[in-house]
Amino acid sequence: MMSSRSDALLELRGLKIYFPFGHRWFGRREWVRAVDGVDLEVRRGEIFGLVGESGSGKTTLGRAVLRLVEPTAGAVRFDGIDVLALRGRELRRMRRRFQIVFQDPYRSLSPRMQIKSLIAEPLRLHRIVPEGEVEKRVLELLGLVGLEPYFMYRYPHEMSGGQRQRVAIARAMALEPDFLVADEPVSALDVSVQAQILNVLLDLQRRVGIAMLFITHDLAVVERIADRVAVMYQGKIVETGETERVLDHAEPPYTRRLLAAARGVT
Amino acid sequence: MLLQVRDLAAYFFLDEGVLKAVDGLSFDVDAGETVALVGESGCGKTIVALSLLGVVPAPGRVVGGSVRFDGVDVVRASPAELRRVRGAGIGIVFQEPGAALNPVHTVGRQIADVVQLHRGLSRREADAEAVRLLGEMEIPEPEKRAKAYPHELSGGMRQRATIAIAVSARPRLLIADEPTTALDVTIQREILELLAHLQQDFGMSLLIITHDIGVVEEMARRVMVMYAGKLVEVGEAERVFREPKHPYTQGLLRSVPRLGSGRKAPLEGIPGVVPDLLALPPGCSFHPRCPLGDASCTFEFPPLESVAGRLCACYKVHDVVTI
Amino acid sequence: MVPGVGHLVLGRRQLGVHLLVYTLIVLGVLGWRWGRFAHAFTTTAVDQWVAALFLVASLVGAVGFSVWDVRRIARRPARPHEGKSPMRIAMRRFRANALAVASVYVILLLYLVAILAPLLAPHDPATIEHVLETRYLAPSWAHLMGTDEFGRDLLSRAIYGARISLSIGLLAMLVAKLIGTTYGAIAGYAGGWVDNVMMRAVDVVIAFPTFYLMLMLVGVFEANILVLVLILGLTAWPGTARFIRGEFLSLKEQEFIESARGIGLPPYRIILKHLIPSALSPVLVSAAFSVAGMIGAEAGLSFLGLGIRPPTPSWGNMVSAGQDALLVAWWVAFFPGALLAAVLISFSLLADGLRDALDPKALMRRYV
Repeated sequence: MMSSRSDALLELRGLKIYFPFGHRWFGRREWVRAVDGVDLEVRRGEIFGLVGESGSGKTTLGRAVLRLVEPTAGAVRFDGIDVLALRGRELRRMRRRFQIVFQDPYRSLSPRMQIKSLIAEPLRLHRIVPEGEVEKRVLELLGLVGLEPYFMYRYPHEMSGGQRQRVAIARAMALEPDFLVADEPVSALDVSVQAQILNVLLDLQRRVGIAMLFITHDLAVVERIADRVAVMYQGKIVETGETERVLDHAEPPYTRRLLAAARGVT
Repeated sequence: MLLQVRDLAAYFFLDEGVLKAVDGLSFDVDAGETVALVGESGCGKTIVALSLLGVVPAPGRVVGGSVRFDGVDVVRASPAELRRVRGAGIGIVFQEPGAALNPVHTVGRQIADVVQLHRGLSRREADAEAVRLLGEMEIPEPEKRAKAYPHELSGGMRQRATIAIAVSARPRLLIADEPTTALDVTIQREILELLAHLQQDFGMSLLIITHDIGVVEEMARRVMVMYAGKLVEVGEAERVFREPKHPYTQGLLRSVPRLGSGRKAPLEGIPGVVPDLLALPPGCSFHPRCPLGDASCTFEFPPLESVAGRLCACYKVHDVVTI
Repeated sequence: MVPGVGHLVLGRRQLGVHLLVYTLIVLGVLGWRWGRFAHAFTTTAVDQWVAALFLVASLVGAVGFSVWDVRRIARRPARPHEGKSPMRIAMRRFRANALAVASVYVILLLYLVAILAPLLAPHDPATIEHVLETRYLAPSWAHLMGTDEFGRDLLSRAIYGARISLSIGLLAMLVAKLIGTTYGAIAGYAGGWVDNVMMRAVDVVIAFPTFYLMLMLVGVFEANILVLVLILGLTAWPGTARFIRGEFLSLKEQEFIESARGIGLPPYRIILKHLIPSALSPVLVSAAFSVAGMIGAEAGLSFLGLGIRPPTPSWGNMVSAGQDALLVAWWVAFFPGALLAAVLISFSLLADGLRDALDPKALMRRYV
């Protein structure tokens, strides 16, 4: 299916991700419908918020975009290219263009590697710069996320959650991707640090023009950071649109319930 | 005065040095009131909760101060006295809804066990009481749920079950350590409402420990802000939030994104990171990150003084302007 | 440069002292047994060559390493903010455990003695002469451990026996761990039906009663070192395979592995660089326990007459031979038995020390 919008970077059409539930050799298989027919578009340079509670399927969707999880049905097109059809080396080369930042900063960095090696790993793998310039590029990337150079020789377990998350972002940006999936990147952080990391991400959008799929359960955060927003519930999208419209004039009952709960607590 | 804490100090003795998790905390909790202890990760607030029950894990221990609950000093109590205080005097609910529940027993059995222990009921009476408690926790179809195992229940349900266990012995004080952090936003509201109902129905005092300002605003009359093992601001919640006097409290309130405040409002964090409790800055622990910090803040940690109707620990408090 | 001195000057005391002491030991042995050493090069006996060459090679290696490492350290720019890798933290914890460190020295000493057996043994373990005068002599300065039924010096036999027991223990463990780790890694990473099939094969192997299998194989093949290593190793690999496969299955879902996939690392690199190092700690602990087990198994087999057969000395068959004379000449069974016990205890302490040092909780910062 050809895209009618030339500025759509990521297109999901009818995406379904079902997981088998239980082991039955005979009789009907039960399926968990993590993602149940999702249509979505992220435009170049925009931050698209995906909001939902636990069990809504948002995390699975984020991973499927990068093919860390294989979809059961539907289409994923990135810049017009059918991502699901890629194999082996082609897929690996395509991975340069989209990257992911995970929620848990304590488990997303390999514990035995120094920060320098962690950021250099993607650089070396895809030979982005010659070996002699790797260190320089690592320092540039650290600067991009606001970390001092001396962090290069530290290990993840010696750094705080916010610092580790910055490293994760630097590592993702090393490949100079056009698109970043941010899977609840600040949910595991303290409030005062959340703002720092959100600013880093906003800064990236401003400076580099990167597009993002920002997955979160926090409506207040998504209000700040996202240009457009989609609300997900039990595997389906219940609403999509400009952030202000969705949050101020929500119609679907689920969105309103979400807003009411958020207003009360936050 | 139900709970009186004076100069509580709990340190962890590690190979790398002495970690001062709680360093001279003093506060009171009255019968029937709701107090919130607010702080971010690394400030020591969970250890405060554990100290109140006398269950600080090794290599940590309470090294000073007193915790007077109902005439008993928990810090110096005998094991028998402690057992009376725990459960029937003070109950506790933790953050992870599943962590306090044993995965191999049904939820009903676990509640019944506690009920039997503290209220001396027979097995059958205890089972019935367990079902009744689950009902009080606003769980639909409690008889069915009582027979379920923890993993068969949702996060919200598990938290209700944990709360049921905590209140089964009718404690006079319920400590809730981040009770809603691991839950979805819609469930958070329900749990907080449940806690408020229970407090009213049982006449319990509630000590909520959290990093979520929104929760505090919702629930607490009084709030205590904690940073690096010490209290920095204490007072009535409304007053503290309307006009915070301590720079950390101000920074914290500015960091919280609020729904409806518009997209273009800038996000502000507090620069820097929470200090390592093993290597605290000299003097006021917050001064390296404080916009008002200077050399005069580096000698001793400022004492709590009464300012504008609340307590605040800051040398610059008279220069502080609310933003 | 004299090994060790350079490091001492640079402040790396531990390494310096160790290198220096080792060099002194080697030189001491060379001096003491110069005759035999020189003679070793004229014989055709493989073990003599091995011993002599080892001595020379290790000395050269010590000098070479010393020079290279000192140069490397001097060249490195100062890195004031160098972090502590999890390995270094684990090593520090290990070194704080006196028993574990002591057991490491004991083990290394025994292995050194075993390798240098032809040079160190005071008498030939096989020579039988003047039996009537030399049999069953009690321990004395001439024969530190006494003599056995045939007048052979027990100390020498024990030293040669060490070679058998220790090398079989180590090699069998290596066989089991290497095969097991590779197999388990492939099964764990692949998952799905591949994993299923591979694990069923493992089930089949485990289903064989190990001991009877060993008896059978020993009966069929002549029991030399190689055969025993293979038998012991091939019966033990399934345990490791299962364990590694389990670890991989759970590690695979961890975010840092997904991150590696996300940047496009090919599977073999993910396995080698990320999965195996993380799964390694428990394997190391189990390896240490496993060596003890292998040594014990070989001793047991030899004791029963199914392993290494006399006259080749193995601690196991020495104990067996000494059984009959227990009341008359206790030393014949006692010393090999004591040595076995010492080695087994040392490996157990080593394994315990490793387990405590590698405890993953050591890395978790206490978030209070």
